[in-house]
Amino acid sequence: MRSKPDQTTTLTLHVPEPTGRPGQETDFSYLYLAKAGTVRRPEIDVAPADTADLSTTLIRVLDDDGNALGPWAPKISDELLRRGMLAMLKTRVFDTRMVIAQRQKKMSFYMQSLGEEAIGSAHALALQEGDMCFPTYRQQSILMARNVPMVELICQLLSNERDPLKGRQLPVLYSVRKAGFFTISGNLATQFVQAVGWAMASAIKGDSKIASGWIGDGSTAESDFNTALTFAHVYRAPVVLNVVNNQWAISTFQSFAGGESTTFAARGVGSGIASLRVDGNDFLAVYAASQWAAERARSNLGPTLIEWVTYRAGPHSTSDDPSRYRPADDWAHYPLGDPIARIKRHLIKLGIWSEQEHEQTQKQLEAEVIAAQKEAERYGTLANGHIPSDASMFEDVYKEMPPHLREQLRQLQS
Amino acid sequence: MATSMTMIQALRSAMDIMLERDNNVVIYGQDVGYFGGVFRCTEGLQAKYGKSRVFDAPISEGGIVGTAVGMAAYGLRPVVEIQFADYFYPASDQIVSEAARLRYRSAGEFTASMTIRMPCGGGIYGGQTHSQSPEALFTHVCGLRTVMPSNPYDAKGLLIAAIENDDPVIFLEPKRLYNGPFDGHHDRPVVPWSTHRMSQVPEGYYTVPLESASVFRSGADLTVITYGTMVFVSEAAAHETGIDAEIIDLRSIWPLDLETIVNSVKKTGRCVVVHEATRTSGFGAELASLVQEHCFYHLEAPIERVTGWDTPYPHAQEWAYFPGPDRVGAAFRRAMEA
Repeated sequence: MRSKPDQTTTLTLHVPEPTGRPGQETDFSYLYLAKAGTVRRPEIDVAPADTADLSTTLIRVLDDDGNALGPWAPKISDELLRRGMLAMLKTRVFDTRMVIAQRQKKMSFYMQSLGEEAIGSAHALALQEGDMCFPTYRQQSILMARNVPMVELICQLLSNERDPLKGRQLPVLYSVRKAGFFTISGNLATQFVQAVGWAMASAIKGDSKIASGWIGDGSTAESDFNTALTFAHVYRAPVVLNVVNNQWAISTFQSFAGGESTTFAARGVGSGIASLRVDGNDFLAVYAASQWAAERARSNLGPTLIEWVTYRAGPHSTSDDPSRYRPADDWAHYPLGDPIARIKRHLIKLGIWSEQEHEQTQKQLEAEVIAAQKEAERYGTLANGHIPSDASMFEDVYKEMPPHLREQLRQLQS
Repeated sequence: MATSMTMIQALRSAMDIMLERDNNVVIYGQDVGYFGGVFRCTEGLQAKYGKSRVFDAPISEGGIVGTAVGMAAYGLRPVVEIQFADYFYPASDQIVSEAARLRYRSAGEFTASMTIRMPCGGGIYGGQTHSQSPEALFTHVCGLRTVMPSNPYDAKGLLIAAIENDDPVIFLEPKRLYNGPFDGHHDRPVVPWSTHRMSQVPEGYYTVPLESASVFRSGADLTVITYGTMVFVSEAAAHETGIDAEIIDLRSIWPLDLETIVNSVKKTGRCVVVHEATRTSGFGAELASLVQEHCFYHLEAPIERVTGWDTPYPHAQEWAYFPGPDRVGAAFRRAMEA
């Protein structure tokens, strides 16, 4: 019972808590869900304020039986659907294999994207050549959708002699300019602002390219999140601002980033940015929403914020044990399911995929990853000491090596 | 053709020339656009080049620097302004973790060719948040270049060189020197730049190379290593003590011109380091250490440091804090007596 104004109230500090802890079951009713096909699709020139309803509901296309429903069902070719499926499967197979390699001490560290494969894959396929993504460490599906050679990626993970980043970066913090994949930083949220700046640059030059910024639910608490929204809104930057709400930031539930009784998409509307909240495990919804936002940006109509509602099915990283802070079977209860299982059902229903083909493709991808790993290991691993030269450590700090670094290099070598 | 310019006019001229020469140069920051900057450094530039080249920004240092990193990654050459050096702290993450490391961590795939201008320094009753000299917080960051001019000629030439440089440059502008040289004698009338030889600035394009110090005053008795406002304070101290000090204006604080320093100290055998910033872990410590390493057998006296005190910059006690010519002169005498 609420106390009357004239009564003395003892203040209490509210500390959010997830409903499910180890040994319990999570109550997912806190998610603002909606049925597939029920949410409206506005024109791309919609006023940001008129997307308020879209920021607190959930755009979904695929129902539980694999049917594509409603106004967001994208017109998408069979070929593109198969490419999407391939990118998602490849991401998952790659992740699984790299976790094994980490356990075998062939690499020092790895981060899976289990359960989030649809978001980067479908988004990347909806963008165009030349658009630049500013990813976090969990959008490897973009690299898979853009067919970056796995050998190159594994060399980075191994910090070996063929590592494109010359052994300077932690595993997973890729940089692949040719694939529109900006250099990943360990510092959270910084790239969200940089994406806006890149988009502003494209606008300054009268270009037609757009930027795509990425951030997780936890990192929205960083100041750079708000900064990015403000600048994107002020300058009407051609950028898609993606918030991947996988419910968890390491051990902290999304309520600690300010997700309790609200949505992350709602933050966009508050900043004057058109905002959508989308089922992140629904490949078709991700593709459709991404395409909508990209077209809006490319038409000079301004930024879009999209909250992708998904679930971090795996551990945060190879250094993390989720069973210490959440139920072990949480993913099995998550209402939006597994993105690969869902698109598979749809493709089979369309008659362009089969259980047999699925199994075959998966086996083939496993063989490809193993072959790529073997090739990459030929160029060395951190464990066997075949790493980039120590001298290369001093390069690229500046464009030209200044005298003090030349001197330090000499000292190292003497 | 050379014209007499203040430092403000010289900086504006540098930006004007670079906006003209390179379509990828863009300028923005708080109050930088329509209004022309709270110090008038960008006056008229928006009217001349348009709002897509010179524009106002939200009050967000992290946003200003962070968007500039994104623009540089695209291929532009942003020149952004932080209104006071005292307010760069919210942009620390973008400066240290991003701009400075972009080239290194991407093995050259992405670079941050950008200049961050910041008015710095005290001597203007600016109090705690309008007087700081944070250069040591930048010189400690690998990947950054830190530059500070002391006069209109160098200001223009160094700023053009900074904008053209492909590394991120922190460009610190001593606001006490914006309108005229200042030797620390706050009780005397302010002298305008027009009376000083270094206010003669070519109207067109020229550069003052980075990593090159200038021997501001040659001398035989001792070497003063300094930059910014303290160049003029040191000159006054030399004049008033009668000690023939060789004053080196570093201009580029880091990476620096070690050769000019070492040659001078080996010649004079004595060294005084002077800066406005607080002492402990200030850039003077690095300078003293370098001199000690490279000139040990030529030194006739301990290396002296004259700096701001290890306190926040006070308001009422301005002139007890600011290292004026008396304090600098006393250090000269100690160095000569040792």
